[in-house]
Amino acid sequence: MNELIGKILIGIGVGFDFFGALGLVRLPDVYNRLQAATKCVTIGTCFILVGAGVAVGTSGLVVTSLLCAAFVLVTSPVGAHALARGSHKGGVPLWEGSVMDKYEDDIDRVEHKEHDPSKVAYGSEESS
Amino acid sequence: MTISVFIVIIVGCAFLCLYRLHKGPSAPDRAVALDILGTLLVGFCALYAVKTQRELYLTMGIAWALLSFAVTIALAKYLEGKAFDE
Repeated sequence: MNELIGKILIGIGVGFDFFGALGLVRLPDVYNRLQAATKCVTIGTCFILVGAGVAVGTSGLVVTSLLCAAFVLVTSPVGAHALARGSHKGGVPLWEGSVMDKYEDDIDRVEHKEHDPSKVAYGSEESS
Repeated sequence: MTISVFIVIIVGCAFLCLYRLHKGPSAPDRAVALDILGTLLVGFCALYAVKTQRELYLTMGIAWALLSFAVTIALAKYLEGKAFDE
């Protein structure tokens, strides 16, 4: 029974991983690929690790797999955010079909200092 | 048996990442592909641990995840165009 539940969890995770890798190949620019691949592959790998813990069930392996899942869940979004920030600051262009670039607006606002610093916080200006 | 099928699918996904690593038109594309490949290989280690019923491969997975995170942060710093101590 445990093995069946573990294999189902592993199957869900492998499906997420597959669609993440497919997004990495098919999508048009760096930011789209990063978004699709990071989200899918992170949650897919966490499902695989939890499923491995459930399927085997010896105590050492369960503890190790839960630790590894927590570690992946914390570090993978941090690394992806650093990559997106680095490539945006390094001047990688967006896909021509992209409709907005909020990060560019924020950089302009901070660099030109044309606003009161108390109004730089998110959403405090265009909300009215 | 099922685990072997899953391992084959994960290896196929890793080859998709390698395709992007080979094809990617610029350096950030390759960095993204490398990051995703690292996370996929952690999943591969977990599957191999289930197949052989040994904990050793999961420990390998933790070490690989740590290394992959450090590599990703260093690459992001490099892509930003700064030195490592700024």
